[in-house]
This record gives sequence, C-alpha cells and structure tokens, in this order.
Amino acid sequence: MAGLMAGFGHYTHAVVRGIPASLAKEALRTSQAEVDLTRARTEHEAYVEVLRTRLGLGVVELPADESLPDCVFVEDAAVVCGETALITRPGAESRRRETEVMKEALKDLNLNIVEMTDENATLDGGDVLFTGREFFVGLSKRTNQRGAEILADAFKDYAVSTVPVLEGLHLKSFCSMGGPGLIIIGSSEPAQKALKIMQQMSDHRYDKLTVPDDIAANCVYMNLPNKGHVLLHCTAEEFPESVKVFEKLKDHMLIPVSNMEKVKVDGALTCCSVLISKNPNI
Amino acid sequence: MTTESGADSEAKQPQAKKEAEKGKSKAAADPASPQNQPEQLPAAVGHSTPARKEQEQQEEDQESHRSSTSRLSRSPLRGVKKVKMMQCKIALLDGSDYSVNVEKRAKGQVLFDKVCEHLNLLEKDYFGITYRDVESQKNWLDPSKELKKQIRNGPWNFSFNVKFYPPDPSQLREDLTRYYLCLQLRDDVVSGRLPCSFATHTLLGSYTVQSELGDYDLDELGSDYISEIRFAPNQTKELEEKVMELHKTYKGMTPAEAEIHFLENAKKLSMYGVDLHHAKLVGNLYESLAPAEGEDSEGVEIMLGVCASGLLIYRDRLRINRFAWPKILKISYKRNNFYIKIRPGEFEQFESTIGFKLPNHRAAKRLWKVCVEHHTFFRLVSPEAPPKKFLSLGSKFRYSGRTQAQTRRASAQIARPAPLFERSSSKRYNMSRSLDGAPITENHETPVKGSAADGVPKVITKEDIITTVTTEKKAEEENAEQEDAQEVAAETASTTPLRHDTKDSEPPPEVVKHQTNISELKRSFLETGSNGGCGAPGLTEWEKRLSSSPLRSPRSDEAPMIEPLELQDAKDEQTKQEVGPKDTVAAAGFLVKYVADSVVTDGARSSGPHGISLSTTMDDDVFVDGTLREEAGGKTPDSQEEEEEASDKSATKVSPGAVRQEVSQAITDKKGTLIIFKQAENKEDEETSEKEGLAETDGFEEQKRQASRKAEIKNGDVSQTKGVDSPKKAMASWISEEKVESSEFVGVFTKKVEELKTLDEPQQKAEGIQPKSSPTHVTVSASLAVSAPGWVSPSHKASADQEKAVVVTENEAESPKPKAPDGVEVAAKDVPVVHTETKTITYESAEVDTNGDADPGVLLSAQTITSETTSTTTTTHITKTVKGGISETRIEKRIVITGDADIDHDEALAQAIKEAKEQHPDMSVTKVVVHKETEITPEEGED
Repeated sequence: MAGLMAGFGHYTHAVVRGIPASLAKEALRTSQAEVDLTRARTEHEAYVEVLRTRLGLGVVELPADESLPDCVFVEDAAVVCGETALITRPGAESRRRETEVMKEALKDLNLNIVEMTDENATLDGGDVLFTGREFFVGLSKRTNQRGAEILADAFKDYAVSTVPVLEGLHLKSFCSMGGPGLIIIGSSEPAQKALKIMQQMSDHRYDKLTVPDDIAANCVYMNLPNKGHVLLHCTAEEFPESVKVFEKLKDHMLIPVSNMEKVKVDGALTCCSVLISKNPNI
Repeated sequence: MTTESGADSEAKQPQAKKEAEKGKSKAAADPASPQNQPEQLPAAVGHSTPARKEQEQQEEDQESHRSSTSRLSRSPLRGVKKVKMMQCKIALLDGSDYSVNVEKRAKGQVLFDKVCEHLNLLEKDYFGITYRDVESQKNWLDPSKELKKQIRNGPWNFSFNVKFYPPDPSQLREDLTRYYLCLQLRDDVVSGRLPCSFATHTLLGSYTVQSELGDYDLDELGSDYISEIRFAPNQTKELEEKVMELHKTYKGMTPAEAEIHFLENAKKLSMYGVDLHHAKLVGNLYESLAPAEGEDSEGVEIMLGVCASGLLIYRDRLRINRFAWPKILKISYKRNNFYIKIRPGEFEQFESTIGFKLPNHRAAKRLWKVCVEHHTFFRLVSPEAPPKKFLSLGSKFRYSGRTQAQTRRASAQIARPAPLFERSSSKRYNMSRSLDGAPITENHETPVKGSAADGVPKVITKEDIITTVTTEKKAEEENAEQEDAQEVAAETASTTPLRHDTKDSEPPPEVVKHQTNISELKRSFLETGSNGGCGAPGLTEWEKRLSSSPLRSPRSDEAPMIEPLELQDAKDEQTKQEVGPKDTVAAAGFLVKYVADSVVTDGARSSGPHGISLSTTMDDDVFVDGTLREEAGGKTPDSQEEEEEASDKSATKVSPGAVRQEVSQAITDKKGTLIIFKQAENKEDEETSEKEGLAETDGFEEQKRQASRKAEIKNGDVSQTKGVDSPKKAMASWISEEKVESSEFVGVFTKKVEELKTLDEPQQKAEGIQPKSSPTHVTVSASLAVSAPGWVSPSHKASADQEKAVVVTENEAESPKPKAPDGVEVAAKDVPVVHTETKTITYESAEVDTNGDADPGVLLSAQTITSETTSTTTTTHITKTVKGGISETRIEKRIVITGDADIDHDEALAQAIKEAKEQHPDMSVTKVVVHKETEITPEEGED
C-alpha cells in the first residue's frame, strides 16, 4: 500500500448488473419517456464491453431481477472506497432490495462490508462524489443527513461535506470527476451553485471543466496502467456541444458511450457500475 | 513572551496591591534560575503532597482576605523573602511525567521553556502547555501570564502538547520535532480525536512500530510484540496482524523515515490538526445549505473545528460549512456566544455574522482564543501587537509567540547537528497489562540510536550534544534578519526577532521593542494602503501549499477550458479588488450591502433576513472581539489579503468622511455617548471628505475610540494610574484589567441637507420607504443642549431649536436586558448564564423628532458602514430621508468597544467631541448614549 489516498481512479474491477424487462415500464423516472428495452440493453452491453474488453477490468455481472426494475443502476447500492464497501439504503423504497446481491458480490471481492442498517438513513450512491481527497454527499430526495453521517463513519479518513441538491435526482446528475482534482460540472444554475458550495467546503483545490449539458457532466473517470487517464463520456449524438468540450482533453483517452435509453429513467454513465480498486499489495 | 504582557498581568492587580506586587515580582526576577532554588525551599517543593497543598491554599485565602493596607506595609519585607517555588508536573508526549520547580509567580513561558529544554526541542513554536481548568477542560497556558493565575486553585499539573499542527510536517527542520509530533498524533489517533479507517490504523501503526522497535525480527520481538502497543481506540487482533504484515516489509527503514511516512499519511486525514469545540447553532446556518427535511437548525448541536486553514463546522461527522480565514472578517465572543462575521460572497450582498452558543462563557472565550492564535500563527507573518493605547481596546489577549512563517525562518537557522534521541516505547500506548510494574516492552534499540537506557523515556540532555550558538552565528542571524526586513516591504513587520538561541527564553528587552516598532510601522503601512510586495520567504506554510498545488497551475495551455476552481475566498476577493481601491465605488458596494442592515436595526436582531444575524445588530452584542487582520502584500503575497486590506480601507474611508459634521453641542458628563451631529449642508462634502483619506478617518475613529473608552463606566477599584508606573504599560495606562467587557459609544450625526438631489448617487439604493424610526437612537433629531462643562453648543442650525432638559436614563441592574433606549440589548434573546451588569445612560434632547412618526418621510437611502479595528467596531448608519422638500441625513455612529479593560470615558469623550468639532464643524450632536455592560464572572477575572 503506497499510502492513503494514492491512486485515484486505479480501478481493477467493476460490478454491473443486467437490465430487467421491467425497466421499460416500471423503473422510476422523473420524465415520462418511453424506454426502448432492446436499445437500452444494447447500450448497456456496449458499456460493459468497454469496461471488460477495452479497459481490461475484472467485470462482475450480476443478474437482472425483474422485481427490481432499477437494478441496473448499481452505483446507488454501494459506495466503495479503498478496501471498504458501504452498502447503502437507497432512498426509493422499491430499490432497497437491490443491495442484497450487491453485498454478496462485494463480499466475494474481499472488501470490508459496512451496512447501513439505520432505518432513518437513506443514501443513493449517485449522491456521493468522491474526489480522491474527500467526499461530497448530495442531500437530495434520495439521500438524507443520516445517510451521509453513516457514510462519514464508514470512511473516516476523509472529510465528508454535504451539498444540497435542489434540482435533479442526484448530486452526480450534474457533476463527476474527470481526473484527479478535476471536477466536471454542468452549466445549469443549480449545478454551479452546488459547485460553489463544494468549493467553499473544501480545503483542496480543484479544477473544473464546465460542459453545457448537465447530464453530460456525468462521466466515468479511471486511471489505468498503460492507458493513463480514461474518460467515458456521452456521445456527440446526444450532446454535441459537451462532447466538443471533452475533445479538448488532450491527456485523456476519450471513450464516448451511448446512454440514450437509460437516461430516460435517470440513469447516467456512473450509475451503471461500481468501480473497485483491489490493491494487490495487501 | 513579551515584557508587555508581563505588565498586563501586573496591571491586573487592584491598585492597592500594586506596590506589593512590584516588590514581589522584582524579587522574583532576581534569582537567575529558579531551578537552582528548590533546595532552599523544601517546603515549597513538597507542595505537591495533598496536605501541603491544602496549606498552600489556605495561605492564599488568607492573603486574599488581607486588607490592602496590611499588604502594603508588608511588601518591603516580602521583597527580601525567599522566592516561593512550586513543583510542576508535566505530562510529556511519550507518556512520562516531568517534574520541574518554578517560582510561584513564574509566567507560563518559564515553564514552557523549561520543558522544551528538557525535551531538547528547538522548533518549539508548534507546541504548547495545557492545563485542566475546574471544569476539567483543556486550556492552553498563556506564556505571558503567571501560572498561578491561570491554574488558579487547581493542581500544578500540565501537559505538553502540539498546539499548531504543521500542514506539512516534512518542512520541519529536525527529526526530533517530527518525533514529538508523531507522539502527539499517536495519542490523537488512539484517543479517537483523529479518526481514521482501519487501513489507516494499520498503516500508521506499522510505521509506529518500525519507528519504535526497528526492523521486524521474530527472534527478538517475539510474535506478540505488537499487542503491547496501542494503535487504535478499538484495537483488534486483525489490526495487529495487519500491522505486523506491513512491519515486515519495512526492513532497513530508519525511525526518522518511518516517522516521515507516518506524518505524510496522518497529515492527509481530514481531522488532522482540527481542534474541536462543542457548540449549538444560533439562528439559521443553512443560509445556502439545505437543512435536513423538516428540520429547524436553530439549536442544532454542532462542532466547531479550528484548524490551519480556518473554521470548520461539523454536524456529527459531517462538514456542513467551512470558513477559510480570509473569509472571516471578525471573530468575537460574548457571554456564551461566539460570533464570526463573514465576508460577503461573490453573489451576496451582505456581510453576515454567525453566532454559536457554547456551553458556557469560558468555552466561548477558549474558542475565541484558539481562533485568534490559529489565525495569527498560520495566516500572519508576525503576531499582532497587543492592543495599545488609542488604537484598540478589548481583550488584550493576542497570540504572542512566533508565527509559522517566523518559526520556519528561525528553524532554518538551526545549526546544531541532529540531536540523538531515543524513541522509547512509550508507556501511554501500552496495554494496561504492561502497567503491572515490570516493563514488558524491552527497549529494542535500532542500530542507529545506540545509547539505550533503562526504558524510561529520556532525552539526552542538551548540554551533551548541543552546539551552542556562537556569537558569530548570532550575528549571522541578525544579518539574515535584516535582509529579511528589507525584502519585506519596509513597514510590513515581518521580522519579529528571529533569535534562536538554544537557551533563549525571554527575548531581551530591545527585541521586544523592535517588535513593537515594527507593529507600529505595520500599522502605518496598513493605513497608507501600499501593498508592499514581497516574495516567497514570507509565505506561510499554508500559502505555499496552496500556491504550489499542482491543481492550481492547470494544463491550461492544452485545455484552456479547464479552469482552476479557486477557493471561494480568493474569488470573492478578486471581485472586491476591483472595487476596493476606488473610494466611491467601494462606497457603493458597501451601501448596497447594508441597506437591509439598517432596516433591521430597529427590529430584533434575531430577525435578520439574511444569515443568522446582521452585522449591525450583532455588533451591539459582541463584546469581545478581535478583528482578523490579514497581512497585506508583503510576506504573504496572497492576493486575497491585499484585497482584504483594500476593502477594509474603503470601508473605513467612507464612514467618517461621508459627512462633515459640526458639533454644535456637547455633553461632558462622563456617561454620555450617543452624539447626534447636526448640520445643514450639501452633500458634495461627502465626496470631498472621502478623499481626505485615512488620516482623518483614523483620527476620527480614534477619537471615537477614546471616547468610548472614556465612556466606560469605571469600576470603583480600578485605578487609572496603575498602568503608568510600569513603562511598558504606559500605553495601556488607562486600561485596567477589570472585568469590564465592553462599552458602547454611539454617536448620531444628523445632517440637514437642503437639496433633494440625493437620489442620483450611484450608491443609493432606496429599498423602499423606511419609517424614520428605524435606527433606535435616531428618534431625536434636535440638538441636545447640555449644560455640562466642556460642551458648548455654538451653532444650532437645526430646525429644532427647542432644547429641553436632558433625558437621563440610567439602568443599573443585574440584568442582561437593560431597558436601554437603543433597544439592542433588549432584543437580546439569549439568556446568559453569566450575570451581567448593564448601565445605560442616555442624553438626548426631548424635543420632538422632526421626522416623527406622523410623517416618516420618504427614505431615500440607508446605508451602514462598518469598520473595525482590533477591538472596536464602528458602525455608521446613514439614512437620508426626504420630507416636505427637505432632505435630511442622519448619521448614527455606533462604536462598540470590547474588552476586559475599563475605560476612562470622561477624557475620551471629551476628546472625541473636541476632535469631532474640529473636523466636522457643521454637524451637531443631538444625542449621546452610553451603554455599558459588564460581565460578572468572578472566576474569569484574571485571564
């Protein structure tokens, strides 16, 4: 172990989950969009393929569960940092059971499991932004103070600051990390306001990359051996203006990933995987 | 550390005791080293036995009951008597105790120096000594005050601790210093003050083991060696196994290396160096932050964390807000409450003051002190001089040690060979079973450090290995100092003495003097507003970290759209910079900012529309305050700081210059305070006077300050002359050390403007119509004729000529809510635990308000300008109203002076009025109110 907080983005494994047919009709959504199940599945397969083949991660694929229409969005079920995995208590009651399979999978990966058992606590992983140096937890419709407290207890090394999410589903509905110390942020007012709060709360300095579209600000960043900075981002088809911004990132390996169907049920790119860094040294 | 503070404590004694004290302290000063004395005084040495202690206390009691006369007569005799020695027990970081004898009246510095000497520690500015007060709360020993007065009747037991955790321990000069820091952090970790994850416990534990025991060696250490050492609050077998696993991999790592690794990891922990204080929210903190659902944030239990970068606010383990030092304009405390005044953000119009309720008064004061010290240590280049004569008043407490910038420069001068020392398996971290008498842990010496001893932690004494600093060396240092001084823009006072004698304890007098001069220079620097540039040498550790952060210098060439996300404070200040230098613009900014403030003035202070409470209203409550001074330019070339100065200045400029007043009437009665100046004049003068710059401003403010000082109602036992007989104390001569915590000086200036044209001023932001009654004091606009000597009413241009008898209201009660006409205290919601004595005296003309309730007139503008110095806050409300074709400008000045000191208000007030007359010949005073509030906290009396 090289030391605390080293190697941000050095992932070795990813946990993903299949799309149940029930997603099309029953998955929670904030808009009234029709989801094309087949296309959604195709998209998701492509996403998983990028992780597995192109990036060489060890992918753990959990089976879809028809009774859990949102189960593909595994990010909300667990927060993994270092050797510790916090099994969440999702804010939406219909999603609570999603954590069961997740817990088993993470146990099998030899992570230290911390469970959120407090019945007053709710937390969706989508509200958790880990910057490599600290956590920001969005207080949203899905995540409450108690949930954030339990997260802080689980990851004691880090400062955990709360950020109100006034619009949008999750904190990461409009932001994500684009590199060590680089925050990608949408340009909407709520997004910018949240960024200001994060900035005030932080002892650290960050760079920001502002993209025109909030949803486009949700990217998956990794730092992989032999590949360096990797960024999975939206396609030009979806957000041409935002993609132009990403294309200016010269140091990153840029991988556009289509997310047109899942986004209709509020699924962003980070939502579809739990990334894990298994340290071979310990 | 400074002689000045010594004078403080002397002056604290009631005058009657003065003589005696002097005699005694002289005697105390005579013996070269108190350490040489104990043999002569076996009784005192034996003091630590309980019986002896009682005796001692009794004696003290008797002393205190003695009448002052008897003491006086005894004093000459006492001077010749043997010096009383006390044995102090200091818990060291390695868990051992160190006993040392000091004179009974010794200052904290003496003890601190002795301990550092024992520890062979040169980089001592990061450390301090703590004691437990009656409530068993940890307090930092003030080096400049007598031990006895701090510990009071408590035992002479202390702890040696890290006080300022260096953000980057690798910059410490000596391994020895890092070793002590490690010991402190290990205690922090084990005690749970520094929470960490399992993985971190493992890592830190493994470095600890490597540092203390050396390389893993199964034969020597056995398989269970690890469970003798504590790593975590809840240590498990699993943790120990992991620690051992890691330990095996460190073969060849020296103890010093292991400690560096330890510190590199520990410093990243989010709670590293954070000093936590329990508090409750007062008002609504969630100004921009969402409360939890259905939650009323008022009264929520929180923790305030003071650290190198600022003030952190936690709720449970969550950080709910953070105020970097540059973001904080002022910190203060009153009764149980602690307040911070926040610089408005980029999009905010108002300064806001946030209040926190601490468990008690002592806790509030303790927090305030810790803040003052951290701010000074980490943000300033040199400590702020203790308050002086005219310039400030208030708690005289200031951080008197070296700042980080200074200590780092001093450390660079350390020329001794790295001292050899032994890392002992410290008792403290052993499990309880090791306490059965036989030391379980052997001393496993690493090859490097050979001179093992007996398992008792011991530092090889200084005499054995220390190279003494030669005079030559000293000269070098002095040269270096001078160079530094030149680098630093002349006035900026970066160079407080850098002496690093290995034996130094108290700086020689001339050094102190030097410091004083420098702070004077600095003051003038601040006033002239030149931001002397200066380079890296003065960078504080913190700034260095910030500026050298790779994140800050982004690859912007390649990807220009990545913007460094500046810390908010920096940004805010940038915004301000544009504004600052231009007076008028600045005025505009402030104007807008304060409109709401004045509106709120008449309301209860809890009803501020913004934040917890508004600055103006809050100011009235803040009794002890310290303005945070960020050094401009100079050694901390942080643009933020320059800005701060700039904006401060603009604020100051506007206030007094905004009007030319003429004092038409004056009140000399000792208790007067609220002055209303009246005048008929066009407001072009505003611009003119604004340009007059700081000189006038400061003069004016100063006179105000004096006035308010004067306005203070003195406690009977206070002697003004007291301070004078001590030369160092001369400047503080009229500050007595009594319990007086504050006084208020309020002046209201009324200006009659003949023209209506007030509206086109850019800074005017008429937010609507404000009933004239707004500022509480302004109800009377007529000039006040007081027959008191010294006050004349030469010009009485004001419309209201009807002068009536002065209304004198005097409340003297042990009540926190005086029925002061100015209603501010009345609005105080909180019921203080401390008894407070308040006194309010009002002089006003009983004449009818020309802008009376019947016709409030149209409010054209209202502004509030606040300017602050270390212990005074001057709030100027300017309201312009139009009624019947006549516009009237009222200026209400409120000066809150806070502090532990008493004030000769007669003289100050007289002077204030005199100067006001000279400077503002066309204003008239209509009302003066003095309000004094004194906290009656017997046990607080001495610190």
